[in-house]
Amino acid sequence: MPETLPKDSVGLVAAQTAHFDRPLTLDCGRTLAHYDLVYETYGTLNAERSNAILVCHALSGDHHAAGFHSLDDRKPGWWDNAIGPGKPLDTDRFFVVCPNNLGGCAGSTGPGSIDPGTGQPFGPDFPIVTVKDWVESQARLADQLEITQWAAVIGGSLGGMQAMQWAIDFPSRLRHALVIAAAPKLSTQNIAFNEVARQAIRSDSDFYEGRYFEHDAIPARGLALARMLGHITYLSDDVLNAKFGRERRSDSKGFGYEVEFQIESYLRYQGQAFVSRFDANSYLLMTKTLDYFDPAQEYGDDLTAALRQTLAEFLVVSFSSDWRFAPSRSREIVRSLIECDRPVSYAEIESEQGHDSFLLPIRQYHRVLGNYMRRVEASIPATGSRP
Amino acid sequence: MSADNHTALRLDQTFIASMIPEGARVLDLGCGDGALLAVLVRTRNVTGYGLEIDTDKVIACVGAGVNVIQTDLDDGLQTFDDHSFDVVILSQTLQAVKFPDRLLSEMVRVGGEGIVTFNNYGHWRYRLQMLMGHVPVGGPRMGHWFDNSNIHMCTVADFEALCADRGIEVLQRSALDGAPGGSLATRYLPNLFTEGAVYRIRRRRS
Repeated sequence: MPETLPKDSVGLVAAQTAHFDRPLTLDCGRTLAHYDLVYETYGTLNAERSNAILVCHALSGDHHAAGFHSLDDRKPGWWDNAIGPGKPLDTDRFFVVCPNNLGGCAGSTGPGSIDPGTGQPFGPDFPIVTVKDWVESQARLADQLEITQWAAVIGGSLGGMQAMQWAIDFPSRLRHALVIAAAPKLSTQNIAFNEVARQAIRSDSDFYEGRYFEHDAIPARGLALARMLGHITYLSDDVLNAKFGRERRSDSKGFGYEVEFQIESYLRYQGQAFVSRFDANSYLLMTKTLDYFDPAQEYGDDLTAALRQTLAEFLVVSFSSDWRFAPSRSREIVRSLIECDRPVSYAEIESEQGHDSFLLPIRQYHRVLGNYMRRVEASIPATGSRP
Repeated sequence: MSADNHTALRLDQTFIASMIPEGARVLDLGCGDGALLAVLVRTRNVTGYGLEIDTDKVIACVGAGVNVIQTDLDDGLQTFDDHSFDVVILSQTLQAVKFPDRLLSEMVRVGGEGIVTFNNYGHWRYRLQMLMGHVPVGGPRMGHWFDNSNIHMCTVADFEALCADRGIEVLQRSALDGAPGGSLATRYLPNLFTEGAVYRIRRRRS
């Protein structure tokens, strides 16, 4: 608990809710008649409404990207190290918007929301949404906030995929896209990991085909397992080794299956902590959203053709030890952008922290972000000339 | 843009800048802090990218408003299509790559024209250093023989022989230190009197 808030913190923040009554037809063909998006904002929108940046969250993220909800909070928002006064996403210069995505479980309409048709929670009947659907819903949020063009759309991992989709679907509504630790689509191995995670949840006897809430149960073991698996893939072999090695809780071997190695204890803790803050149906849905992401598909499976739609300038960043979304996957994006002659910069940051690097305050990473954001700031149209 | 904080260009970069046509599409191999590209963008309206391996220099390029792609030149230029650039620049970098021969061939594949600058180790001053029993390192900026990244130093004669062997046509050879057409000495005894060599090359047309 911070006794006083750090100087470079955005401070105490509160979520807001935007309600939408215009039906949203989803990729899957189904329609959401009404929906809510919760979001947080940091910094001040300028008079021209031209300094807004959209931060898109990843698989298990939410709208609480920076600051504290109360002085009793143990931890700030998930990207607090990058968002705040003087930080790479400088809230003295930019107005930062971070929504919780549809299908999530942090307040936006999702599997836990009441289905107006039945009066019961949607649960497993909530439609599977795609990155394209998210981007559409975020565009409507931008409309409501009267932001016609984002100075930048930024995200890591699944968030980076949203930034890419934004640039393809709404070329003139963003000036910069920052695509961090992402890929143009998931590899077979990525999908395989997601499927194991889903099976862990779905085979839990407390899952009840996704209607666990009707039985006052949650598939805690399955969800924890899914998170444990995910967690291993977000870190590198080296960092696990350095953090835990083969260290055991006691010197003597137990010759049983209780927790002995420190890594076992760590993973169990991570799994359990996740269960208390994340919904199993949302997790299933989001892994599927990841699997389906493939913006090239609409363009004859040609990524270059898809990216030829874009007008934004790009920054692409990858991390050397990220094997879930390896640097080679980011280079595919860069290659296609070069092929269609788009302004793009690419940095490959040395890091031992694996995929999780995109959330960490790695010095060179934050310097790239900070330097690029100064470019973003320089491209904000001069006062009086709205885009 | 922030590219306006003028960084002083090296002599060879100033020379190169004068050789780039207005509006050209340029690829700068080993672009360092992006100073040359930033100047070219500002004064010649060029578009294109810099390639750089060092993260701190990549960060500097991003700060200078230059489009930079972090790349290891030893991996080749397979990211780039044939003839996708008007000019490919390789300034003071040839000696630091693992496969200078392959990189030169890649340059003339990707670009209509290549510009290469390097220190000519055939210059009489370097020969004299060798005679005195010391390996020349190519100037104070280059550090010592044991801590610089130069692994493939060459002379004007070596370079031209390699070009001839690989089907690369030399369009122009200049000496950085000489008059535009070259001093008499650099024209008649280039290998002995050229210190900084600048070449315009392209794939030989059969």
